[in-house]
Amino acid sequence: MAEKLIFAYSQKGRQAHTLPEAPPVNFGLPERKILRLPEVSESDVVRHYTRLSRQNYGVDNGFYPLGSCTMKYNPKINEQIAAFEEFTGLNPSAPERAAAGLLKILYETEQMLCRIFGYARFTLQPAAGAHGEFTGLLIIRAYHLEHDGGKRRKILIPDAAHGTNPASCTLAGLQAVTIKSRPDGGVDIDELRRHLDDTVAGLMLTNPNTLGLFEKNILAIAELVHNAGGLLYYDGANANATMGLARPADMGFDVCHLNLHKTFATPHGGGGPGSGPVGVTEKLMPYLPRPTIDFNGQEYFLNHDRPKSIGKVHSFYGNIGVILKAYAYLRLQGSAGLKRASELAVLNANYVKARLQKAYAIPYPQICQHEFVISVKEWKKQYGVSAADIAKRLMDYGYHPPTIYFPLNVPECLMIEPTETESKETLDAFCEAMLKIAAEVQSNPELVKSAPHSTIVGRLDEARAVKEPDLNYFAGAEN
Amino acid sequence: MSNIPAELKYTAEHEWVKIDGQTAVVGITAHAQSELGDIVFVEMPAVGKTVTQNGDFGVVESVKTVSNLYSPLSGTVSAINPLLEKSPELVNKDPYGEGWIIKLKDFNPAEFSALLDAAQYKEKIGE
Repeated sequence: MAEKLIFAYSQKGRQAHTLPEAPPVNFGLPERKILRLPEVSESDVVRHYTRLSRQNYGVDNGFYPLGSCTMKYNPKINEQIAAFEEFTGLNPSAPERAAAGLLKILYETEQMLCRIFGYARFTLQPAAGAHGEFTGLLIIRAYHLEHDGGKRRKILIPDAAHGTNPASCTLAGLQAVTIKSRPDGGVDIDELRRHLDDTVAGLMLTNPNTLGLFEKNILAIAELVHNAGGLLYYDGANANATMGLARPADMGFDVCHLNLHKTFATPHGGGGPGSGPVGVTEKLMPYLPRPTIDFNGQEYFLNHDRPKSIGKVHSFYGNIGVILKAYAYLRLQGSAGLKRASELAVLNANYVKARLQKAYAIPYPQICQHEFVISVKEWKKQYGVSAADIAKRLMDYGYHPPTIYFPLNVPECLMIEPTETESKETLDAFCEAMLKIAAEVQSNPELVKSAPHSTIVGRLDEARAVKEPDLNYFAGAEN
Repeated sequence: MSNIPAELKYTAEHEWVKIDGQTAVVGITAHAQSELGDIVFVEMPAVGKTVTQNGDFGVVESVKTVSNLYSPLSGTVSAINPLLEKSPELVNKDPYGEGWIIKLKDFNPAEFSALLDAAQYKEKIGE
């Protein structure tokens, strides 16, 4: 049953607590207005929010194969560590010497990321992936401003890229230019070459790409871009396939962002916040956001003396709680554990792909990395069943649907990323559900087209939700 | 099977264009709106803006995705569809009629004749 808004439980005069009598104090504030809060009892509040919480679906409820989002298990010990009083009790304005332990942890986190991904330095300030992209692009822009003046404004982005890439370009004052991919999903070198001129600031790439395929020509691509005077940006959303196996800096990427909330097992997808550290090669170090966390042999300190820095990108030093969880994860895994995690993530994706290949069209059938893409475009023509319909039907089987309609260059697609933290039994049960749905599409397409049948609400009017957003319970009501 | 009127010309990016005297009317095809799904917003250029062939002139946003609109012809925007601001769903309901997006003047007729005809567009979308 759908849960009503808390306001719907309101009864005039009902309250949770009786506050002790206190003499009125006049602070000289403007005339008091009655706050429009729901008038409910404590048990009303507890029950309402408990019911809502039970309608949630997350990695702690079940399998969540959301492509390019790496919904891996978030170890609970990381939560306990991040909640240590030594961290939570620290005031962000405390003097550096009072926060020496925390600064040391942040410094070590940076060092570990540098080793894993091959960079000279990282900033841990950005609060999420897109914020990392924005920061990385500002660094690229600052580099070109110093070396070429302002003429390099174009950032080349393959059509299979994450949608945040062009958005971050625009925000950073650069111009996003889409380049078409080859039919096999890789970067089209001829197309790339056509765009490389002295106005190109760089190329943004995800590797493996959003089809789950490793870009094998990456060294040749990097050479072309560098020879044209551009820089390479690595979108780290798919880094879960590469830890301990390949380093973006070795592939020629000058700048990279990571998503600690994906790859390094901190909660996200509504459970955030995130953290999107940005790594750079030596020549881009001067432009990193300030302060950096430096060590002078005796003390860890915040170094603000960075004249070429693009400036601060986050208050204080980023989302510390998230970084602490990622630090715990890094220490827990060690380098052997991270490598194993990536190997298993790739193995799991290939296992699911192999099991589904009999029933589903997989447009890029080669061995994949940590994720792969299904296309149901033929079913759309034949039975009128779309990728969205399959996703809705999966909810009836108790699974969070995969990413759909992305990447944009594959029609009617579903993008599946199982992650390394799922057992063979979980993967098998998911595959069984997917195979049943494939059979239903052919035997009873209406059942799939009208799904979900078992959820609290069915199909929502997504178009109306965008066109007429109704975000305020009191909108239109009298004050 | 989507509707591809024989009297229109098409781009590979799924726009259609119709010449009406000195004016070229531009919209997106029935196939395009069907692939996009429910359209919730159409961003259109200012009247008087110059557009170039294959250059983007606007954005169409659906519940699934956001796509650029590419101009079939070079020319000057002489009108935008005033109904689309309030009712972007007209592009879904009537892509070749009430769902038109912009009108162009001062276009180049040579560019028009080089566009895809209905049969070529049909082949392009694999129908």
